[in-house]
Amino acid sequence: MGSTGVDGSGLTGIAPPGARPRRAAPFQGNLLASSVTAAAAVVIAGLTWWMLWYFDRSLQVAHGQLVVARVIEVALGVTVLAVPWYGLLALAASLRGRRLAAREAFADARMAIEDSRDHIWVVVGIGLTALIVAFLAFLLAGNNGSVRHVMLDWTYMWRRTHTGLLRGFWLNIKLFVVAEVLVLPWSLLVAIVRMLPGRACAPVRILAITYIDVFRGVPAIITIYLIVFGFSLAKVPVFKSLSPDNQLFWLGILALVLVYGAYVAEVYRAGLESIHWSQTAAARSLGLSQMQTLRHVVVPQAVRRIVPPLLNDFVALQKDTALLSIVGLLEILNIASQYKNQFFNLSPVTGAAMCFLVITIPFTRFVDYLIKRDRARTQAQ
Amino acid sequence: MTAFLELRDVHKRFGHLEVLRGIDLDVEEHQVVCLIGPSGCGKSTLLRCVNALETIEGGEIRIDGERVSGRGVNLNALRADVGIVFQSFNLFPHMSVVQNVALAPHKVLKLSKKEALQRADTLLARIGLLEKRDDYPDRLSGGQQQRVAIVRALAMQPRVLLLDEVTSALDPELVAEVLTLVSELALESMTMLIATHEMGFAKQVANKVAFLYAGKIEEEGPSEQIFSDPQRERTRNFLRSIIEAKRL
Ligand SMILES: Nc1ncnc2c1ncn2[C@@H]1O[C@H](COP(=O)(O)OP(=O)(O)OP(=O)(O)O)[C@@H](O)[C@H]1O
Ligand SMILES: [Mg+2]
Repeated sequence: MGSTGVDGSGLTGIAPPGARPRRAAPFQGNLLASSVTAAAAVVIAGLTWWMLWYFDRSLQVAHGQLVVARVIEVALGVTVLAVPWYGLLALAASLRGRRLAAREAFADARMAIEDSRDHIWVVVGIGLTALIVAFLAFLLAGNNGSVRHVMLDWTYMWRRTHTGLLRGFWLNIKLFVVAEVLVLPWSLLVAIVRMLPGRACAPVRILAITYIDVFRGVPAIITIYLIVFGFSLAKVPVFKSLSPDNQLFWLGILALVLVYGAYVAEVYRAGLESIHWSQTAAARSLGLSQMQTLRHVVVPQAVRRIVPPLLNDFVALQKDTALLSIVGLLEILNIASQYKNQFFNLSPVTGAAMCFLVITIPFTRFVDYLIKRDRARTQAQ
Repeated sequence: MTAFLELRDVHKRFGHLEVLRGIDLDVEEHQVVCLIGPSGCGKSTLLRCVNALETIEGGEIRIDGERVSGRGVNLNALRADVGIVFQSFNLFPHMSVVQNVALAPHKVLKLSKKEALQRADTLLARIGLLEKRDDYPDRLSGGQQQRVAIVRALAMQPRVLLLDEVTSALDPELVAEVLTLVSELALESMTMLIATHEMGFAKQVANKVAFLYAGKIEEEGPSEQIFSDPQRERTRNFLRSIIEAKRL
């Protein structure tokens, strides 16, 4: 093993003769670190177990969910055993390194120290996680488990409320699907208008910019308030002829499309403008028309950069359908809060949150995957 | 008798910066003209104006007697006649090599897809890159990319080819393969207007050399004369600085 120049340890491998005393220092440092780690590991395990015990005691007062809670408890309790074990391993490796160093087997000593350092990281990684999870359980158990009872009671979270919640969520799904479908062409139109060249187009360009700035600058909830209440109060022609429920639905859609159209228009624009002008120059120089250049050269390259941020905005839109509860649409949050009033328990709202997670987490994972794939592709270039 | 490509008193400015200040230049058919001059003197701008990638503010450009600058010109038809190759290749990264070459013949010349691909294959075979036809440009070396860019322009069968420092972005060992291709084109009597820093190449391939200085043609003449017996002080200074930089 050559000089690996291990950072922070001062182990520079080949030291000049006479520098031997300085070689002992890193071994001392590691010994101190691993001793502290070993001690901390024992404390962490103890704390975790104590918090779990506290949590377990509070389970007596609650009903249901015992199985899930107990499984988590046991898993955590067993996992946390690894923490003191790795603490001891770290200490042992450190002592071994010191012995080897005393015998001047520096290469082997360094390997032992590296082992020790790896073990310390295991202690930090598992220990910290266990501590945080146990602490959350501890908080939930506080006040005789009332936190858990008020927010995480399965009876109200799902068992007695899921028909209503799912019916409400179906409306959310309809809202965001329709809104997303409408946002795509609308924002493309806005983006194109915003990018029109020449002085003659300046007025419409300014119009597009104003729209984008205003709707990105106003909180979505205020836009929704103004549009849904304002349009129905003012009896705006097209919407007036709809039944009250339909009117609410389509006004809600209109508000969402206006808000997200402004965001997505900027996503389109950024994507199209990110394609270097030299690509356009090359295409035009071959005789391709403006439209052909967009169609065959600019858009195909821009799409890869547009899709991930576009989908991110769609996740935000999906969540923001819950804002429509304030104007009285019977979507999931509205229904959940009706249950809340009925049962004096917030768990139905947690149930609503869960419904959103089921959709948004896979969606965001997918977006991350796309971004990663795209980055891998561009890095290959 | 008028020249094939004629520039008359061409002016171009970017804001307050006057880049071209009255350019007069003739390129005869089957002639190779090299533009030399210090960095920033306006060589690239001049080529881009001929191709109408930039609009000119004054003067006139004619090809085969027909005005191609100013209003009312069919730009797409003009560009189909005038090929340009850039310093930075500008291949389309989302298309394979053969698609890069076949795109414009198919879309602009309205060849069938099959004919366009055949034409592309013939050209790729000619530069020895037929086996790379389905690769994406990022898999090719710089020299290979630039040669593909050249045949992409050739696929349109342009009547004049503009080359803008086609070797400046290349590693030294890749320069030769590109210059060889350009020399071959010259032997096949392709009409070309070439901006270059490669003086040895200019000397060898050009019928005429024009020295551009601060937006004006300072001196022009047969290449032997410009390189062996420059008349103007600025031309001499420029060539001396090039010799000192060991580029001649
Ligand atoms: N689009 C533009 N906007 C503003 N200024 C520009 C633009 N393009 C070029 N210029 C300026 O015009 C001048 C001439 O540029 P040009 O690229 O034609 O020079 P060049 O002779 O090709 O130089 P080089 O040998 O470095 O390529 C430079 O000063 C440059 O900064
Ligand atoms: Mg240039």
